[in-house]
Amino acid sequence: MLSYIFTRLLLTIPIALGVTLVTFMLVYIAPGDPLNAIAPADAPVEVIDALKAAYGLDQPVPVQYGRWLLRAVKGDLGRSIASGREVAVEVGSAVSNTLLLASVAGFFGVAMGCILGALAGYWHGGVVDRGATVLSVIGVSVPHYWLGLVLTIVFSTWLGWFPAMGAGPGGSADWQFDFAHLRHLVLPALTLSVIPLGIITRTVRVLVSDMLEQEFVIALRARGLSNRSIFRHVAKNAAPTILAVSGLQIGYLMGGSILVETVFAWPGTGFLLNTAIFQRDIPLLQGTILVLCMFFVGLNLLVDIMQSLIDPRIARG
Amino acid sequence: MYTRAVAITGVNPLPSAAISQSRGYWMGVLVKMSRDPIAIVSAIMLLLIIGAAVFAPLLAPADLYKGSMLQRLLPIGSASNLLGTDELGRDMVTRLMYGGRLSLLMGVIPVACAFVIGTSIGLIAGYIGGWVNMVTMRVLDVFYAFPSVLLAVAVAGALGPGMSNSLIALALVFIPQVVRIAESVTTQVRQLDYVEAARMSGASTLSIIRVHVLGNVLGPVFVYTTGLLSVSMILGSGLSFLGLGVKPPEPEWGLMLNTLRSAIFRNPWVAALPGVFIFLTSIAFNLLADSLRSAMDIRK
Repeated sequence: MLSYIFTRLLLTIPIALGVTLVTFMLVYIAPGDPLNAIAPADAPVEVIDALKAAYGLDQPVPVQYGRWLLRAVKGDLGRSIASGREVAVEVGSAVSNTLLLASVAGFFGVAMGCILGALAGYWHGGVVDRGATVLSVIGVSVPHYWLGLVLTIVFSTWLGWFPAMGAGPGGSADWQFDFAHLRHLVLPALTLSVIPLGIITRTVRVLVSDMLEQEFVIALRARGLSNRSIFRHVAKNAAPTILAVSGLQIGYLMGGSILVETVFAWPGTGFLLNTAIFQRDIPLLQGTILVLCMFFVGLNLLVDIMQSLIDPRIARG
Repeated sequence: MYTRAVAITGVNPLPSAAISQSRGYWMGVLVKMSRDPIAIVSAIMLLLIIGAAVFAPLLAPADLYKGSMLQRLLPIGSASNLLGTDELGRDMVTRLMYGGRLSLLMGVIPVACAFVIGTSIGLIAGYIGGWVNMVTMRVLDVFYAFPSVLLAVAVAGALGPGMSNSLIALALVFIPQVVRIAESVTTQVRQLDYVEAARMSGASTLSIIRVHVLGNVLGPVFVYTTGLLSVSMILGSGLSFLGLGVKPPEPEWGLMLNTLRSAIFRNPWVAALPGVFIFLTSIAFNLLADSLRSAMDIRK
């Protein structure tokens, strides 16, 4: 078991390095000069050269990558070209806001999906099943940014239950656990939770209905086990698959939050990426993407390890 | 000749299995799908939307770009504009019909590219095997480590706003997924006895791939990519919604959602309308993909 976890950790290193390489190369697929954002078009050559030296752009590409990587490992993501502030500081607060939103939405979506899917799988072909199927088709088909708009129209402009924008009263960007902030969280989290909801419902439904027909369940029934203990067996067998799908979905949700954050003016990474892209602020773009991807890589690692803990066959195979 | 024989004798001279056999595999899949009412309804819905987009120049009631400042944000059901007008006073029916063109292309082009490129890479990597396969798959693992929306936004953002850049970004997101499926099927098939037999009887590599491997790979890849159509359209419109895709004044559903956002307090239903069409198209794509999957009997 320990050796499996160790191998899995080792395998993550090349992937993480690959992610840093792709993120770094984004500068080079970007058209135009990254200095355009700060230097005027008619700046004298000496000024341009000095700026290039200051940002390390005068070095060969592999050297630039090496330096960038070394600094990134130490937590220094460089300075934003547009604002001149430390990227790590800007990314830090934005990522924590995004992760808050994503974890609440992810938890809610996965939990609801499991419950609905289990009910639908248990009463296979029944009314609950039909309802869950329709809901899951809607869940995978709905453009979530549009859903966010519709929820804003209904719950903010009509009913006035929840605020339409921002993460707190008065446009505050710092999260606190109080009633006013929680009210701001409801609509964006609900919107985002639809992303995993559809797929999880579908996965759990198929898993449960298939598993209930398997011989080990029939054997358990024959031994006279109650529905409740049979459920425990089914849950444990379904857990690894559900975990794997949930991990992927929560990653997708971290990306999807970019769009939903734009709808609700949530001060997270989506907002930051938008600024970075439209001001052509490459260090900020790289920093944000790198941090989000590292969370995703870490999440996948965690899911794999948890899977092997639940189902030891995974570690052995 | 055959039908006449049945009509005269009243006896079916061929067993029914032979008839369905003679139609070929893909014909059988189509026949199965045509018996699925959900598939029929979604196909009709999709055809209507595609038809409206394709024949927009003939059917559209008003000018695409010309608006009137006096007629801004008219509600749905106005006498002159059936579905109202947008923030610049342009007719929504016209904008939505034309908007479908770019949105549908956003759904289809990246997936088609990923289908062709991804299947080719997967076939080659799977068939050659060994270190070529290993290197290809490990490189693609890196792209898997990016959440798909983030990768699309990153690439589209780095390349700069524009429709062609977002098409490239989307294709880049889907290619690794298609490669993975094509590669795993190819690797399985390559080791089967009948492929070995074909190789021993002197068939060239190219004809083995074309005749024996491709036929097995196309099915699963085709089913998977039809499932990607709705994802691609939602993501593509999403990029436009962020301002990374289609540029104004061209109409595109995602971009229209973005420009109409300021109107959600004044005229909410007009503002939400473009999203309804993204939603309907994507449901139709998904239901058709589901029906195709069960008709081809591929379990995922």
